[in-house]
Amino acid sequence: MEMPIPNSSILARKARVVERLQAVLPPNAVIFDENETRAYECDALTAYKCAPMIAVLPSTTEEVSDILRICHQEGVPVVPRGSGTSLAGGALPTADCVILGVARMNQVLETDYDNRIIRVQTGRTNLSVTGAVEQNGFFYAPDPSSQLACAIAGNIAMNSGGAHCLKYGVTTNNLMGVKMVLMDGEVVEIGGAHLDAGGLDLLGLVCGSEGQLGVVTEATLRILHKPEGARPVLIGFDDNEVAGACVSDIIKAGVLPVAIEFMDRPCIEATEAFAKAGYPMCEALLIVEVEGSDAEIDHQLGLISEIAQRHNPVELRQSKSAEESAKIWLGRKSAFGAMGQINDYMCLDGTIPVSSLPHVLKRIGEMSDQYGLKVGNVFHAGDGNMHPLILFDANKPGDLELCEEFGAEILKLCVEVGGCLTGEHGVGIEKRDLMHVQYEPDDLNAQMAIKDVFDPAWLLNPAKVFPLDASDARRSVAIAAE
Amino acid sequence: MDITSEAAVADAVKAAKEPLSVQGGGTRGISGGGEVLSVAGLNGISLYEPGALTLVAHAGTPVSDINAALAKENQRLAFEPMDHRTLLGTTGEPTIGGVMAANVSGPRRISVGAARDFLLGVRFVDGRGTVIKNGGRVMKNVTGYDLVKLMAGSCGTLGVLTEVAMKVLPRPETEATLMLHGLDDVGAVGAMARALGSPFEVTGAAHDPAAATTMLRIEGFETSVRYRLDQLRAVLTTTGAEMTVAHAEDSADMWNKTRDVASFKAAEGDVWRVSCKPSEGPAIAARSDADAWVYDWAGGLIWLKTPAGHDLRGKIGTIDGHATLVRADAQTKTQLGTFHPETPGVARLTAGLRAQFDPRGIFAPHSKTEQAA
Repeated sequence: MEMPIPNSSILARKARVVERLQAVLPPNAVIFDENETRAYECDALTAYKCAPMIAVLPSTTEEVSDILRICHQEGVPVVPRGSGTSLAGGALPTADCVILGVARMNQVLETDYDNRIIRVQTGRTNLSVTGAVEQNGFFYAPDPSSQLACAIAGNIAMNSGGAHCLKYGVTTNNLMGVKMVLMDGEVVEIGGAHLDAGGLDLLGLVCGSEGQLGVVTEATLRILHKPEGARPVLIGFDDNEVAGACVSDIIKAGVLPVAIEFMDRPCIEATEAFAKAGYPMCEALLIVEVEGSDAEIDHQLGLISEIAQRHNPVELRQSKSAEESAKIWLGRKSAFGAMGQINDYMCLDGTIPVSSLPHVLKRIGEMSDQYGLKVGNVFHAGDGNMHPLILFDANKPGDLELCEEFGAEILKLCVEVGGCLTGEHGVGIEKRDLMHVQYEPDDLNAQMAIKDVFDPAWLLNPAKVFPLDASDARRSVAIAAE
Repeated sequence: MDITSEAAVADAVKAAKEPLSVQGGGTRGISGGGEVLSVAGLNGISLYEPGALTLVAHAGTPVSDINAALAKENQRLAFEPMDHRTLLGTTGEPTIGGVMAANVSGPRRISVGAARDFLLGVRFVDGRGTVIKNGGRVMKNVTGYDLVKLMAGSCGTLGVLTEVAMKVLPRPETEATLMLHGLDDVGAVGAMARALGSPFEVTGAAHDPAAATTMLRIEGFETSVRYRLDQLRAVLTTTGAEMTVAHAEDSADMWNKTRDVASFKAAEGDVWRVSCKPSEGPAIAARSDADAWVYDWAGGLIWLKTPAGHDLRGKIGTIDGHATLVRADAQTKTQLGTFHPETPGVARLTAGLRAQFDPRGIFAPHSKTEQAA
């Protein structure tokens, strides 16, 4: 993945920039020693690394504003960073940038159960938002797999999803307001404790903009009361196509499960060897979870089982207790770890229309043979969000490149069948150069025109999301204007 | 202009020398002045996959056609879009493009989300006549910026929607409404907060002060609805209110009327719509000097009827939310502004976006952004 050549004139001004930042921040909030900046050299896309010129760790919105104003005046690019869990390289630095980490901004500012909202600083981790309200029976719904570590700031930047979004939606459906600092230091507030924007939906625009429009420092989030209970059913099939038809029939029957997870044979085999969850050895496995009181759950699982029976499953196991539920989820939750035991892997997250599932799995199998790389598929089947895990050997020369090429082919296939490149991880640098597969130049121009409004100098996370050749003119103008 | 294709929309926009007023069915009273550019000729459902919960339609497709197609598969537009004809006395056929352009949501907004939350993808023609697509037809999609949300609620000021892709949901087996009688505004909003703060998945929470009736809707399987009604009653016994239940069609009928603000149908005067923090609803209504009001969204949405020309924004002062003048004569709308004034930062960003998408200012600048000076 190509990144722009660091701007030598910026590197030459490092000492001055450090001095100016030190003037507005506490001493331990400005990191510029090369041994220490290396801590920020990558996010969870560890194949790509580059230490930043400087890292700053502000504690308040005012400090964020000061940092951005100074960087704006100095023409220094800024890469915002939540907890650094991006799988797409969203927080990958360039050598001439300032990393702005919000990790120290982790306070709960307000909890309001009557209005069902919580207001937090965005460095707070996803799971600790729920942690702040669960003693009263409430929770924050979006639940990305990295929820123990990932920050709300990153969730907003990437519009993160999770396993339960079939019922509860993704970040953008649960975000009610933000306080955001623009690149020139101006602080704007959008939305709040009320529903729906009065004017243009700037909140919807900011969510998922990958840290390119502003730095969100505070967020008002919707919280919900927890359901009385939840239990899954596990269903095994001898055929992917039949499993896909079963998903479609469940949805058409009017049951709306909170999650429908799908695993294919390579993935089942890997997880069984690793976690021994007692899964049947078959072509496709569904885990369908529903919520409600005990009686409501029994009723819904009964309906789902009836539908599944019509498709001749090789296994059908309804959970009757918390222990049985945990056992059913065990394999799914260890899927990534299990694949990681076998080899290094790359995790994709393209989305497809659910109806294309059998065709797409068949094609991925054929491509796997062609590239000589194994793939396991985990899939949020209710919403079409795939997670093909491609196994490769990072120590074998050329294997990463081969894996990336294979991954790109899978994502092109997702677009070809009417889906998209990324369902919840974001574009970052990982899918940046594939954007032209999904979008025409006019479509990309319309998106870049948005950044022109929020960040005319293209200083915020500039080398992400848009193919470098597409954004080159804009980034060059910005550099020339220094 | 007789327009039946996206290319014709693009040509019409390119050729326009004067401001255009983009319209679907023209039922919502949000179009500005200028020559009417109607998308009503872009008609038809282009894709419907019930098993994938997705439907794609041309922008001029009547909402009634979409509802009919969904009903056949026992599905629906879960965000429950309001029909403005009742309140505004407009005629014409509401279109799906109009629903999305105005981000029109009904009582179920508090539980499932707004129109914008169900919009998966758009095609539109910007102010230069360029066709742009964003999003797609899958439920999870974070590929690039979310112009889908930006277009929802932009009221035709950034571009002309030509096609929309939506998420749809199953229609539940049945519904029922628990009614609490005799509560005042503060008591009702408190009761609605307790209901929504329970695990029983209330999908509508409204209060009519004139009838002193608070309504809480439950939807789902028959057995589930019965169970949840009992649980809700138990949660709300401390309110001391008398409780009754409306079932199935009776319940549905009440919510259709709530959705369309039917109680202000024949009434004289202006109608305002205030979106606010639910717990602040009663205080805002009390200081509004309005003649009558009704609450939806558990208190977070207030419809207020005032004498013609009444400056409601002046009365309620600064709020966490916004007030829209929905029904008034042209002079009052010009004088008071249809839409709530924006803070300087938001106004600057809005102006910047408008300049990018509509550099010639042909999309009736005095509609969505029409604001009090």
